Amino acid sequence: MSAPNKSYDPVEVEALKPEEIERMRDEALAAFAAADSLDALQEAKVAHTGGTSPLALANREIGALPPQAKAEAGKRVGMARGAVNKALAARQAELEAERDARVLVEEAVDVTLPYDRVPAGARHPLTTLSERIEDIFVAMGYEVAEGPEVEAEWFNFDALNIGPDHPARGEADTFFVQGPKGGTESGVVLRTHTSPVQARSLLARELPVYVICPGRVYRTDELDATHTPVFHQVELLAIDEGLTMADLKGTLDHMVRSLFGEGIETRLRPNFFPFTEPSAEMDMVCYVCRGESVGNPDRPCRTCSSEGWIELGGCGMVNPRVLVACGVDPEKYSGFAFGFGIERMLMFRHNVEDMRDMVEGDVRFTRPFGMEI
Amino acid sequence: MRVPLSWLREYVDLPATETGRDVQAKLISAGLEVETVEQLGAGLKGPLVVGQVLTIEELEGFKKPIRFCTVDVGTANGTGEPQEIVCGARNFAVGDKVVVVLPGAVLPGDFAIAARKTYGRVSHGMICSSDELGMGDDGTKGIIVLPPETEVGRDAIELLELVDEVLDIAVTANRGDCLSLRGVAREAAIAYGLPLRDPALLDVPGPNAFGYPVKVSEPIGCDRFTARTVSGLEPEARSPIWLQRRLQKVGMRPISLAVDVTNYVMMELGQPLHAYDRKLVQGPIGVRRAEPGEKLTTLDGVVRTLDAEDLVIIDERGPIGLAGVMGGANTEIADHVDVENATTDVVIEAAHFDAVSIARTARRHKLSSEASRRFERGVDPQAAAAAAQRTVDLLVLLAGGTADAGVTEVIAPSAPHTITIPADHPDKVAGVTYGRETVVRRLQQVGCDVYGQDELIVTVPSWRPDLTDPNDLAEEVIRLEGYENLPSTLPRPPAGRGLTRRQRLHRRVGRALAGAGYVEALNYPFLGEQVFDQLGLAADDPARRVVKLVNPLNDEEPALRTTLLPGLLGALRRNDGRGSHDLALFETGLVFLPGQEQRVAQVLPVDRRPTDEEIAELNAALPEQPRHAAVVLTGVREQSGWWGKGRPADWADAVEAARTVAREAGAELIVRNGQYGPWHPGRCAELAVVVDGTERVVGHAGELHPRVLKALGLPARTSAMELDLDVLERAGDDTPQAPHISSYPVATQDVALVVGRSVPHADVEAALREGAGELLESIRLFDVYENAEQLGEDSKSLAYALRFRAADRTLTVDEASAARDAAVALAGERTGAVLRG
Repeated sequence: MSAPNKSYDPVEVEALKPEEIERMRDEALAAFAAADSLDALQEAKVAHTGGTSPLALANREIGALPPQAKAEAGKRVGMARGAVNKALAARQAELEAERDARVLVEEAVDVTLPYDRVPAGARHPLTTLSERIEDIFVAMGYEVAEGPEVEAEWFNFDALNIGPDHPARGEADTFFVQGPKGGTESGVVLRTHTSPVQARSLLARELPVYVICPGRVYRTDELDATHTPVFHQVELLAIDEGLTMADLKGTLDHMVRSLFGEGIETRLRPNFFPFTEPSAEMDMVCYVCRGESVGNPDRPCRTCSSEGWIELGGCGMVNPRVLVACGVDPEKYSGFAFGFGIERMLMFRHNVEDMRDMVEGDVRFTRPFGMEI
Repeated sequence: MRVPLSWLREYVDLPATETGRDVQAKLISAGLEVETVEQLGAGLKGPLVVGQVLTIEELEGFKKPIRFCTVDVGTANGTGEPQEIVCGARNFAVGDKVVVVLPGAVLPGDFAIAARKTYGRVSHGMICSSDELGMGDDGTKGIIVLPPETEVGRDAIELLELVDEVLDIAVTANRGDCLSLRGVAREAAIAYGLPLRDPALLDVPGPNAFGYPVKVSEPIGCDRFTARTVSGLEPEARSPIWLQRRLQKVGMRPISLAVDVTNYVMMELGQPLHAYDRKLVQGPIGVRRAEPGEKLTTLDGVVRTLDAEDLVIIDERGPIGLAGVMGGANTEIADHVDVENATTDVVIEAAHFDAVSIARTARRHKLSSEASRRFERGVDPQAAAAAAQRTVDLLVLLAGGTADAGVTEVIAPSAPHTITIPADHPDKVAGVTYGRETVVRRLQQVGCDVYGQDELIVTVPSWRPDLTDPNDLAEEVIRLEGYENLPSTLPRPPAGRGLTRRQRLHRRVGRALAGAGYVEALNYPFLGEQVFDQLGLAADDPARRVVKLVNPLNDEEPALRTTLLPGLLGALRRNDGRGSHDLALFETGLVFLPGQEQRVAQVLPVDRRPTDEEIAELNAALPEQPRHAAVVLTGVREQSGWWGKGRPADWADAVEAARTVAREAGAELIVRNGQYGPWHPGRCAELAVVVDGTERVVGHAGELHPRVLKALGLPARTSAMELDLDVLERAGDDTPQAPHISSYPVATQDVALVVGRSVPHADVEAALREGAGELLESIRLFDVYENAEQLGEDSKSLAYALRFRAADRTLTVDEASAARDAAVALAGERTGAVLRG
């Protein structure tokens, strides 16, 4: 910048005349408005705000003015440049918005396209239903107990008060492992229920014992629509001081409500099992019709065959003889147990029509059940 | 047990308005499982009357013989004229009394009767068979011919008791008493609070010296034997209609009067009886164990070779009956039509046999009879004499016989069973305060004698041998007070520790594999040993040692799995066959590995806790049962689509599945080239982990051997992985440590190394890692390049991205380069790697 020239007459500086500055400003505004693309605006920007633009040149002249004129001219040019920059920014924003809108429209995709690049996997519903039940009890403080599937007869039968002459111990019902002589003398069977885990838990754990025992069990039934030789049970055992049948009932009620919703309750019917005494068959109110299909032919219920109740399994107070065989003092401790088949529950809870669907491993059956149930 | 309601009412005065369904509900809540209530004669409508056949005209020219009959039905047809009826059956003659259904009637099954033309005549109704009336089997398979004294014109619906309700009860193994009308009536009486007319309360003469001689040499197996004799039975006497009908309703077939009477009394009192034709019994009757190899032909015509444990009834010749199970053919009561050999004198046996002995014999000979079913479940020994008396009475009444004065009773002395319980024991079991009064009343109702105040001394009735323990008595009280009235309370378990590590791992593995696109299959663990050949296992492969079943469902698959692959590959093949060709399946489950020597698991006593040694011995007799995880894949792993090309499933997916599982276990998985039976020798990874400082192979992964795929009929390039989850768990670290996260910038260096083709990446990476030192944050192989022209036949190029970062400063380029150079240098030293120019 040159030093002020005191002899300089501002009147003679053409570029700093007010009308001239207004003209420069208006030309710039007009050029911006006329720019119809970001490129055109860039050109206009260079032309009207760049170092060689008229306003920039005019700005340079200010320094040559006498002090009394400097302020006014500076103010005038500054205002003009401010207006120009503002207009430029506004136009820039406008054109960018237009461009963005256009580009984003061009980039639009069909979001309904599938993306089954790696099809989803799934866990078997028997696994997840069993875990669901386990979790209900784990939340109450129970622990999950497991045992071998190939089991000693003593654990599977004798310890559970199923004497040597009980019909269930025959080859017609139970798979026997070959002994050294090739016969049933091995004393080893494929467990026919998860109940041996009861005995194992009582022998291995400190009292009180509250366990839930899920697992695979085996019986010599041919596979058909309603039977499978390999199936899954969940067994519960609670041994403590002062446990009662009312506790059994309450525990069952809690389980079916957790699985099927509030208002569902259970019913006990007297029955007979060697390992419990008293024993009961347990039913739950049909969670579909809630009993309203009974005697109501207009609203038949497929789930409970219009009986209003669904049979769950067996239960009862652990036979004191079982406690004795496991070294638990029946004078001091009592408890309850129940067990039921997961296949059956899966069938009525999820409308599985054929037992074979659960054993064949067809991915079309299993996929819809996903990760949890 | 089928219980006709009309018969039940004979012992309990049930309200007349009670239906079968009402009684069903009451009995169910008392603990009897009444499965169905059969409505006999439902929809049946008369006129159904007794008629007498007047004439029979045989019609000719039809495919089967047809008769045109006239039948006198009295005034039942409104005219009194003989009724004209066409009939296709032939087992009746002129003069016989028959059952005639007249037009306007409806038979069971909605079968409306009208006059209709048939075989050229008009038939005004039908002469009925028992089938058409829904009566069950009467053994004749033809027209019902009624006793000659039956009155013509009488209503046959009432005469034949065609309308009734029958409760069908599934009796549990402990309630042998309810395999009789007497037992069910007792339950009904209690349920309704009504008195029971006990049919076993009969006047029975005491035993004397002139009864039929009986010698029981096996008093443990037979603690009671009553013998009575009846003489002079009329050979032509037949069971009256009411008796036949009752037998039919309970599901038995009328045979002959003597047999029908014994069956009837068994149904009524629950005591199995046997009637011997006295002239066929030689000498005294005895009870003993069979001699091994002794033979007996039972009533069903089967020659049975007896076991030394079988109880038999004998006479001088040898066995004449399999005690408590089935009589012998050699003393069988003659059929009533066999007039020449007719049975006129009978010996009646009412005995009590040991439940276990009978059960074993029935099972041994695969012969379950009405008698054995009852003895197995418990028969009231005190009812034997009454049952014999009842049989005698009925034979005298119905067959015109004479009761002989001789009464034989052989009784092994025994004391009634008593149980002492605190009076509040049922309360404690139930969690309900019933109070002593209720407890005593309920026990008395089931037939117990009860004494005492706070301690009750309870003598159980002879018909309830199942009541042996305090809890049995508690159950009686609780069930009669109603299970439905039990309150619902929740116990308070102590705080639990959640799932074990093994349980959590099991779940995590399932979730991780499902998350990776695998679908779980739960396969049967049964296999045939030929599958080991198909899998290409070596002859000495330990997986060939199997646990075998005595009684497999399928003789082709007698063994338990030692590997999950056969089952999983079977599921893969099944899916493939059903049109799902892109498959990724997984399974977690037990395999069964027998020990070196096979031991026998002893049956331990149950009156005490087994010792730790005993438990250990039992467990030692079991196979090892580790949990395995396995996957199989075929088809495409990534599908092609609008996004681009897909990718076939291959060996690398199988190995990655192993890594996925190992990650869940927190175990460091060692993957190296390996060779093992089922896998492609060049595409098999051996999987190992370090457990307690020792490296252990846990499984294999990769592409399966083409020969295996062919042998098992599987798609080409099927890949698989299997590993031992339990070992993996032991190698795992449950508590991964948080890394220090540096916020200084990363320095990235890429290196391409040329190494021999057979040098495993894992070795190169390990060397780079070690050489790079602690500044190395991560290393990733991003390219494998093979090009014979540029690199030569035997080389390949591995390109790695190395990321360096320091915890406390920004690394300089020189520092990063120095670390890289050190990495390359060590790789060069270890693997011969050369930086690619």
